Amino acid sequence: MTSPAYPITEKKQNQTIWRFLLKELKPSGKWLTPFNIISIPIILVGLALIVIRFTHGLGAVSNVTQEVPWGLWKGFNVVTGVAFAGGAYVLTFIVYILKVDKFHSIVRVTVLNGFLAYLFYTGALVLDLGKPWNIFNPVIGNNYGVSSVLFLVAWHFILYILGLLIEFSPAVAEWLGAKRAHKILSGMTIGAVIFGITLSVLHQSGLGALFLMAKEKIHPLWYSEFIPILFLVSSVFAGLSMIIFEGSISQQVFSDQIDEKSRTRRKEMLQILSRICGCSMFIYLFLQLLVFIHGQRGSYINSSMGYWFLVEMVGFVLVPMVLFILSYRKPNILLIRIAAIMTIIGIILNRLNVSIIAFRWDAAVRYVPSWMEIVISITIILIQIWIFRWIINRMPVFKGSPSWAKHKND
Amino acid sequence: MSINRRDFFKALGATGMTIIGLNAAGSPGSNSDDDTEFYGILYDSSICIGCRACEKACAETHGLPEPEDEMEAGVQRKTSVTQRCTVNAFDTEEGEVYVRNQCMHCNEPACATACLTQAMYKTKEGPVIWREEKCMGCRYCMVSCPFDVPKFEYESANPIIQKCDMCYDRIKEGELPVCVETCGDALYFGTRRELIAEARRRIAEWPEMYIDSIYGEHTVGGTGYLYLSPVPHNELGFDIKLQKESYPSLTKSFLYSVPAVDVLVPSLLLGLHAATKNKQNKTENHD
Repeated sequence: MTSPAYPITEKKQNQTIWRFLLKELKPSGKWLTPFNIISIPIILVGLALIVIRFTHGLGAVSNVTQEVPWGLWKGFNVVTGVAFAGGAYVLTFIVYILKVDKFHSIVRVTVLNGFLAYLFYTGALVLDLGKPWNIFNPVIGNNYGVSSVLFLVAWHFILYILGLLIEFSPAVAEWLGAKRAHKILSGMTIGAVIFGITLSVLHQSGLGALFLMAKEKIHPLWYSEFIPILFLVSSVFAGLSMIIFEGSISQQVFSDQIDEKSRTRRKEMLQILSRICGCSMFIYLFLQLLVFIHGQRGSYINSSMGYWFLVEMVGFVLVPMVLFILSYRKPNILLIRIAAIMTIIGIILNRLNVSIIAFRWDAAVRYVPSWMEIVISITIILIQIWIFRWIINRMPVFKGSPSWAKHKND
Repeated sequence: MSINRRDFFKALGATGMTIIGLNAAGSPGSNSDDDTEFYGILYDSSICIGCRACEKACAETHGLPEPEDEMEAGVQRKTSVTQRCTVNAFDTEEGEVYVRNQCMHCNEPACATACLTQAMYKTKEGPVIWREEKCMGCRYCMVSCPFDVPKFEYESANPIIQKCDMCYDRIKEGELPVCVETCGDALYFGTRRELIAEARRRIAEWPEMYIDSIYGEHTVGGTGYLYLSPVPHNELGFDIKLQKESYPSLTKSFLYSVPAVDVLVPSLLLGLHAATKNKQNKTENHD
């Protein structure tokens, strides 16, 4: 680990900045870690497959069909990934709007996670586009399809990425030692947070609303006019469970950067997060129950899709909810972690069910992702983790801000 | 270089029309704001002899390979990236009945509403067309279309969406769609109003030949293609469970809530922020 260096504050010459950046681009620490040994070959294969995808068309690597046009990249990387990135808006709400200062130490890492997630899942979206060179049409072109839910989601995505970048930018300024920029960017945080929460509410629900017109195609147990609300509510505990899960890994991997104070606080934070998870899961289950009764779905339960629905709802929503609630009284870190992992599995199941598994459940030829699609999906996530690690090792995310930057962030 | 008055007004008019056109195009769901009537095609299953001349003519006109697969009763030949239309045979109590299969050209198409670049577009003449230079290949139209009509070229690095466009270029020239021109009597071209009147006339005149129902009159808010049939439509592979309301109506309430959320949520957050601000100054929590 290199100690934080801030050479440009003294001399603001271009040369020094470049030298500094070049130095920072080099990897720090050991090369041959188990994670690297596993991830590098996968990433190389994935990148090769991406080249094939662009030279030979989607069909060369992907199994998507005319009936099921959206496969793993949209269903998993975009629809599922965005739910997990929801932690950023929930946490910024807690810290900046409700001013619960306990969580200040994890807000940066969560925002960084959210930012990278959105960036890379937008990348997955571009991979999936048949004509990605026309992607600017709905952005700058004169072809606004304003009646499209996807148009709305796309715009909210783009703006939210900018918002997250602004929220994270003070850390970049601290890394570069840019004091003036830091002051300006920190002042923009609260605006970006308010903007970001609004955008999140709309695109989290918007991702569900995408499927509203697939009425006859999604199994009635998963389709309802309330998909947008269900997606929004579930994004709360999806994001928080991801924070719990990701935090328990980061604590070990980046243990040298986390000081004692935040370590002891972590237990308290986990407890509060698990309470919010428990409550929001209760709301979610209650909504699901209402939809179930209102839609008279009882007759669908005694079928293979019905059992699958019960697995999702009971096994991966009700059970982790109970675990979260059990940990109210007696804080049990292990219990909370297990509950978080189960919740994460439940969210993956739910999003994949809506977008892939229950989508055209009655089709003669079912869509099953090819190994190449899976490798590309994983590649996207692995590159994201690499960049995450690169940033964590350089910018003040876990480690404290430099002394000149303290007491300034709101 | 000088611009005379006439040219100036022409340019002004064109600009104005573009703006109006943009606004009108912004809501493909509303067809009532202009007086033009949509053209459509009436297909009569009771007359069709299943010769498939329309399939061949369609392929030829649009530069697609001639369809060679055999038609077989009970086997649904789907449209594909090389076939914009198919004719299928069904065994019924009235004998073998044929059904033509292509884009339905809905009055309020789900695909055009789904499209975020207006590449899928409901023209004022009635055909739903696909415009290559606008499409970004997201395939949301395919997710949304209740009839699974748009077909995507997965094997191409520069893919297109293949679907029937009701020979839009020919209609603009005042010609009939090539399938209608090729067909003897089973296909009938006209405005939707004329088609429904004609269909009703046929049902009233030869009640023994038809069931008293026109598929497409109300399904998904009405379609440009209308079907007459001697047997109930569900026996001919039609999805009769599709809702009567248009598909865009499914996303309407969500889209309407967007401006409200965009205004109300930030206001609420600002209020909360202001309310919690004082507390923080008092506690002086440095972190």
